[in-house]
Amino acid sequence: MNRWRALYASLKRYPSAIAGIAIIGFLLGLSLYTLVAIPYGEAIARWRGGEHWQQYPVNARPAWVNWFRAEDLPPTIRVESATAPIEEEAFTGARRLRIPLEFEYAYGEFPSEMNLFVRAQYAELEPFVRLTWHTPDGRQIPMGGRRVSREERVSISQDWNLERRLGRLPHVGLLARPGDGEPEVLPGTYRLVIDAILFEPEAKLAVTFVSYGRVHGLAGTDHQRRDLMVALLWGTPVALAFGLIAAIGTTLTTLLIAAAGVWFGGWVDAAIQRVTEVSMILPLLPILVMIGTLYSTSIWIMLGVVVAFGIFSAGIKMYRSMLLPIREAPYIEAARAYGAGSGRIITRYMIPRILPVLIPGFVTLIPSYVFLEASLAVLGLGDPVLPTWGKVLYDAQAQGALFYGYYYWVLEPAALLMLTGLAFAMLGFALDRIFNPRLRMI
Amino acid sequence: MIAESDHVAASGTRGAGFLRDLRRIALFTVRRLFGLFVTVLVGVYLTIVIANMGGKVDELRIVQIRSQIAEAVRADRSFLDLPAEERNALIESRVRLEIERLRLDRPFVERSFDYLYQALRLDLGRAEQMHSDAGSRQVYDIIVERLPATLLLFGTANLLIFFSSLFVALRLSRRYGSAFDRVVIGLAPTSAAPGWFYGIFLILVFAFVVPLFPAGGMVEAPPPEGRLAYAVSLLEHMVLPVAAMFLSSIFVAIYSWRTFFLIHSSEDYVEMARAKGLPAGAIERRYVLRPTLPPIVTSFALMLIGLWGGAIILERVFNWPGLGTLLFTAIGQRDTPVIIASVVIFAYLLALTVFVLDVVYAMLDPRVKLEGGAAR
Repeated sequence: MNRWRALYASLKRYPSAIAGIAIIGFLLGLSLYTLVAIPYGEAIARWRGGEHWQQYPVNARPAWVNWFRAEDLPPTIRVESATAPIEEEAFTGARRLRIPLEFEYAYGEFPSEMNLFVRAQYAELEPFVRLTWHTPDGRQIPMGGRRVSREERVSISQDWNLERRLGRLPHVGLLARPGDGEPEVLPGTYRLVIDAILFEPEAKLAVTFVSYGRVHGLAGTDHQRRDLMVALLWGTPVALAFGLIAAIGTTLTTLLIAAAGVWFGGWVDAAIQRVTEVSMILPLLPILVMIGTLYSTSIWIMLGVVVAFGIFSAGIKMYRSMLLPIREAPYIEAARAYGAGSGRIITRYMIPRILPVLIPGFVTLIPSYVFLEASLAVLGLGDPVLPTWGKVLYDAQAQGALFYGYYYWVLEPAALLMLTGLAFAMLGFALDRIFNPRLRMI
Repeated sequence: MIAESDHVAASGTRGAGFLRDLRRIALFTVRRLFGLFVTVLVGVYLTIVIANMGGKVDELRIVQIRSQIAEAVRADRSFLDLPAEERNALIESRVRLEIERLRLDRPFVERSFDYLYQALRLDLGRAEQMHSDAGSRQVYDIIVERLPATLLLFGTANLLIFFSSLFVALRLSRRYGSAFDRVVIGLAPTSAAPGWFYGIFLILVFAFVVPLFPAGGMVEAPPPEGRLAYAVSLLEHMVLPVAAMFLSSIFVAIYSWRTFFLIHSSEDYVEMARAKGLPAGAIERRYVLRPTLPPIVTSFALMLIGLWGGAIILERVFNWPGLGTLLFTAIGQRDTPVIIASVVIFAYLLALTVFVLDVVYAMLDPRVKLEGGAAR
């Protein structure tokens, strides 16, 4: 306990180390929160895309971009029939419903899309709906009528008839001030009135109008309407786990093997040396790419390969040169004299001796593995199901995010990666100076 | 005094000692070369097995060949009125020919040793799917075509990083604790991010927000006429990738060299030289640089090998037509000869460098020297 307190006391002298620890603490907290808030199965199911996201906008920027703009970008507006004042009128053989969906629109830009989701309950006869658009300046724009099935998406934005009549894209023309030239939003209260005729007494109708925004949440959305927050949040535990497991796996096993080689000497040592030389000749990244394309891109298989190759790395030679003099130390001889076995001497006497020197290197190793995972994902070899930061970057690259100006898509995962890398590197550099007495004087 | 008398004693039996040393050196060289050769052999064989999934890739490729040929025969008008049986026979015979051409009918183990033998003889052979831009199927041509692009980009960046970091580190080690020194130490952790990562930022800022430089590629889309225009366009395309690599490694390079020099300039013999009143330049050259030369040479050599193969991701991010992109494409197309060739050349270069380093070490480090050296 005292040693930890001493370590903490010496760390306190380095502000960068404190900042690093704070960031790592924040990332750990974020990981825990993520694991509780979005369980593993749910995260994977959501990231697969589809139904769940159909009321989310495509490529919406994060909501905080509005702080930097003179005129606000519109958020997504949803109006449900459940909260609307429905007028009902019955006549022979049918019922008529009048559902006015009202909303305020006073933003600088037009929405990205407009849809109406209709859910109808009926036995045989499909209900009939007629849509009318009421603008704040009193114009009424008929939007046609149609029969609706049980689950129907009425895509207002892709209504060609309406587009021809308005002379503009529907979601622009419906909200624009009348007149030619550059379209301009007419602010005020809009009303979409749905006149529905239900032909069965038991029939029911519920509608949801969605005006898709240009901003969404804290993180924005991607080309598949998925909320980037899911991937940004889930990327944290994945990155930390990958970095930590890879770093611990390689450092500890390498150390153990190097110590065993030094202790037993002879052919064991020679064999370890030869295997290390072979694995140093093999280029890691191309082999990972090969395994990714030929076998599987599962993050755990990649992790296994990384650890396997990391074990017999150049580190073994370094540890060996550090351990060789220790083998001859008197305290080892003393241990042998009292009858300690080889296993005990290696794990209790040799390894603990050089462990402190390795801690800084270990801490700085973590971000390099975090970035390795991101690198693989950027090459398109990310885990097939898990949402990670690297996969967000890959999607952004593949969809030309920079070209279309969706900078948030690249910057958000990049900022998190940078934060993780910096935190561990700052802590590692400070630890290096504490554990390496020759550096401390300097 | 003791050393001197030893020297006198040794010079008495110089002839015999020289021969013995020579034999020792020769033995050492042969053993080292043999060891390296075995290492390369095993490494290359492992690559061959991995690149073929232990032979499983063959099955995938046979299926692929069959469907391609069937498609081609069905699409060919001249075979339209052939009866189905004859057409199937035709497909079968073509599939057999193609399998024989790619030698897929032989067991993988046999083929793998074939690959190994050819690879070790540096007989790179023909690519199976890929071809060079000039249309050649020879792996040698394909690699040679990409080599200049990689060497140009990574050579420029790495030489720049290597020499500027050494230079700055030497200056900093003379005046450690200065404001500039603190800034460099503070920035060292930024090197946790690899080059491609900074590349994305640089592309965002300098190619899209402030469009000063092109976002990717090596020259403009129709390559400009005239050497000068071509060179200018090339330079413009090189700025961002070189800057990305420079940013990602310069600070940590300066930091580690600086620390290294500082440790060595606090050695007793350097203090002694300082006490004698030698000028700073002489101390730096003779007492700091000389003993630190072996590690500097090592890292320089390793940097040179690192040029080979470039960096897959940086090349992909900047769309640079180098060896990294080539290897990535080859892996995607499962073109075994190209993959093996890249790895073999890498392995040979590494082994060669390790060997050369052993020799250079012996020349630079008096402790490793077997004979002479006492004269100076």
